[in-house]
Amino acid sequence: MAEPMGFYTDTTVCIGCKACEVACKEWNQLPATNGGVNTLSGDSYDNTRRLDGIHWRHVKFIEQFPEDRKDGRWLLMSDVCKHCVQAACLEVCPTNAIIRTEFDTVVIQSDVCNGCRACIAACPFGVIDINPVSNTAQKCTLCYDRLQSGMEPACSKACPTDSIQFGTIRELRERAGARVQQLQNAGEKRAHLYGADEKMLGGLNSFYLLVDKPEVYGLPPDPKMPTRNLVPGSLFSILGALLVGLIGIVNFRRRGAGEVKEARP
Amino acid sequence: MNAVPSSTWFSASPEWGWLVVLYLFLGSLAGGCYFLAALIDLVGRAEDRPLARLGYYAAFTCLVIGGILLMFDLTRPERFWHLLLQSHTFRPMFKYWSPMSIGSWALVTFGAFAFISFLGVLAEDGLLSWRAARHMRPPGLLARVIAVIGGLLGLYVAGYTGVLLAVTNRPIWSDTPLLGMLFVVSAASMSAAFMILLARRSARTAPGIFALHRIDAWVLALELLVLIALVISLGPVARAWLNAWGLLLFFGVIVAGVLAPLALYWRRDWLGERNMTTAAALVLAGGFILRLVIVFSAEGVGV
Repeated sequence: MAEPMGFYTDTTVCIGCKACEVACKEWNQLPATNGGVNTLSGDSYDNTRRLDGIHWRHVKFIEQFPEDRKDGRWLLMSDVCKHCVQAACLEVCPTNAIIRTEFDTVVIQSDVCNGCRACIAACPFGVIDINPVSNTAQKCTLCYDRLQSGMEPACSKACPTDSIQFGTIRELRERAGARVQQLQNAGEKRAHLYGADEKMLGGLNSFYLLVDKPEVYGLPPDPKMPTRNLVPGSLFSILGALLVGLIGIVNFRRRGAGEVKEARP
Repeated sequence: MNAVPSSTWFSASPEWGWLVVLYLFLGSLAGGCYFLAALIDLVGRAEDRPLARLGYYAAFTCLVIGGILLMFDLTRPERFWHLLLQSHTFRPMFKYWSPMSIGSWALVTFGAFAFISFLGVLAEDGLLSWRAARHMRPPGLLARVIAVIGGLLGLYVAGYTGVLLAVTNRPIWSDTPLLGMLFVVSAASMSAAFMILLARRSARTAPGIFALHRIDAWVLALELLVLIALVISLGPVARAWLNAWGLLLFFGVIVAGVLAPLALYWRRDWLGERNMTTAAALVLAGGFILRLVIVFSAEGVGV
């Protein structure tokens, strides 16, 4: 296996230009929403709205302004699949359509997926959705085809401020750690990394530098694996089955006067 | 966007809609009816065998319809077999930690048992003149083995869907470990009710119908306990039911689907002749509304 590759997104230098969204759509030949007819969301400058089957990059615009607008800031963040080391989608996929590549990234094979949508419900980040052209679940592939040819992903290549950086996870973590230090020293005490170590789902191969709580960016503070419920859920179900079985056996076996009385009300 | 009760708030909806709700309803009935019919075959009396036959008819019919609905819920229905065979290698596709994977195999295996029993009861009712099929009915050893395995598979089919919903990251579904237990228990109450209604309509009034009625009362009491435990286990997430779905859950499931039938069981003279069938109809409707609420109430939740 090649060394694990991924994205480090420094949200503090994102300018909201959406070049990443456009580059992603161009390279991956993803169609426009609503046949290209412009629809406005009314939510800041964000008309992409969310990640789905035809949006594999989504620049979020978070406006933080008080009522009097004397002070304030924009939080901008280019969201994407996190390519989790412990990937919920891959874990639950019942057809093995979702695979881990030699770059430690997570890819959905469109020719295998049958659209059961288990992965959509499993992803803690709400990344995956059905692509209306293929009718299969789709998401960012971290440009698997480009990686195989030794190229970098389209979005990071297009990013004009290096908010999105591509590289080996080891190198990206070093770079991100230094940047957090730099911001802290400059007085931005809220700067921290999201998903840059093994504590979160074994590590996110697409991790973030944030300057507010994750939930402000629409990121779960404590994402977990879906199989956490498998054993307790199964044990309680077995308990239910045992109780139901017991009730059934006792009542079908009980015979005699009781029924005769009931039969003649 | 701040302070949500669970990290599950950030996941996206798989848009499992009406087809899935109907499948959950029919799958529960299929598994539960087979289980009750198998119990009658194994520990019940010979006079109740017509009732067991009804259960097998119901199980097979519900399973076939439910299975077809499930297939058409896929966005690529023609690839349904990818759940059973790996499409690249044609090797068996099996993932024991994925409830949808084991569930697919359970449906196929249970389907085989439901079909065998269906043939057996057809033969017993004289609708199929195939001698071998009679051996699939009691009292033979083969029939008993079929009833034991098929009955257990039926319970599995009734309950795995609850575990499947829990093994996600969706709000409500994955915020409690009790959905599977709730579905098993509710499948039993719904199926007993369904068999009572079928027996009344087809005039197969075997004494076992009273046993089914008693089973319903016990199981409903258990279901009420599981529902209460489930709401407690949700903790702050239960806030997600402070809306129309919560009202539907309370009045449609707990009041109309559990408490009312229990009251009808204890006060047998309320509706006289119609007491039992009214209770059964309420239980059946409550089971449907329960699945409806569970599936759809997670839709509107999130950031």
